[in-house]
Amino acid sequence: MNVAIIDYGAGNVPSVERSLQKLGATPERVNSAEKLATARAIILPGVGHYAALIRALDQRGLRECLVDAIMQRKPFLGICLGLQALYQSSEEAPNLAGLGILRGKICALPETVKLPHMGWNRLKVRRESALLEGLNENEYFYFAHTFAARAANEETVASCEYGTEFGAVIEMGRMCAVQFHPEKSGAAGAKLLANFLRNAS
Amino acid sequence: MSLARRIIPCLDVEGERVVKGVNFAGLRDAGNPAELAARYNAEGADELVVLDIAASRDRRPTFLATIRRVAEQLAIPLTAGGGIRTLADARATVEAGADKVTVNTAAVMRPELISELSKEFGAQAVVLAIDAKREEARWDVRVRGGHDSAHMDAVEWAMRGVEAGAGEILLTSMDKDGTQSGFDVALTAEISGRVNVPVIASGGAKLPEHFAEIFSKGLADAALAASIFHDGVQSIVELKQYLQKNNVEVRLSC
Repeated sequence: MNVAIIDYGAGNVPSVERSLQKLGATPERVNSAEKLATARAIILPGVGHYAALIRALDQRGLRECLVDAIMQRKPFLGICLGLQALYQSSEEAPNLAGLGILRGKICALPETVKLPHMGWNRLKVRRESALLEGLNENEYFYFAHTFAARAANEETVASCEYGTEFGAVIEMGRMCAVQFHPEKSGAAGAKLLANFLRNAS
Repeated sequence: MSLARRIIPCLDVEGERVVKGVNFAGLRDAGNPAELAARYNAEGADELVVLDIAASRDRRPTFLATIRRVAEQLAIPLTAGGGIRTLADARATVEAGADKVTVNTAAVMRPELISELSKEFGAQAVVLAIDAKREEARWDVRVRGGHDSAHMDAVEWAMRGVEAGAGEILLTSMDKDGTQSGFDVALTAEISGRVNVPVIASGGAKLPEHFAEIFSKGLADAALAASIFHDGVQSIVELKQYLQKNNVEVRLSC
């Protein structure tokens, strides 16, 4: 399947690409609105600073068509910052508007724990999820972040606990996003990506 | 339920080969980086570190090619470093496939390098590598592969580095490195207790008990070792099973 990976220079694009290729998909790096409009499915990867992602989307004129694609129920997977971008704003860059598809603000994890939240952690599954099919609460996923979405939102299908409970997996129709890095999460991460591809096709 | 402690094999690379015995005269060949990377990925390593021990300017392209080949084998995070002096060096390393970069000597010489990298890649991608050597009641920072004193206190340097934007500390005990007598518990506990970022302990590992001790008493978030994994002295799976039995949370494949 043809999957568009939004390429704005984020470090994890090559590894997301490699993971998808291993699963038999045909990823294509995309950074124009036209290409995004014709894609079968879209992945928004992201590491680093929230502002870098939001600014890159705006500079390339991708904001509007990305929101349109998600609203038109095109299969979408956000990874790490790609999850955070779906919300209205983030404490990491208070003056920048997020995509605003989900309500709420991305906040810093509490300083009662070591930050960034770096390493392998487990999920607390809150409701049935197509993305997590065949994966249970004993699986570990690789996280590397300091900011996170609050877990109380209804789109949260699985949360994670680190200093506080936060949203780790969200799913709303065909829009999915994960706070961890499936492309860095060994066999469990590959399974999740395979689920995304299957549900998207 | 909590964050698992990480086990991190380290590949010390010279040219296109993994070498070992960094602190001894006469480097011994320990294998092909990509083959070792594939093996550790399959055995359940939580992350991999690749260090260019020669770190010379003209060998840079060879090292970047090695990072590329290693990254292709991995479904776990990759940290790379050795000889990263500028933002451009770090960018090339990340583009070659590293998720995080380590800085050591160059950061001591010019601490702003840490902030520059942190701004560009995020704190989660910047690992401050500190080589520390005991000097009476304190630890001295060593640079240039441990040869020279930086005349800095290791604890203070760690705190400064974190303030500047380092998201992790890779802490090597020069006293313990190569001894296989266990990690440096006092050093690691001191620094881990003083900074609010994860600390990777390095140097001195051999037995599973050493790992259990550095997690419980040394307050390490991750533990790194090289030759014991390359030689098969310690298998990653068995090590993790031992740790799990001893109440250390680790990621074991289901």
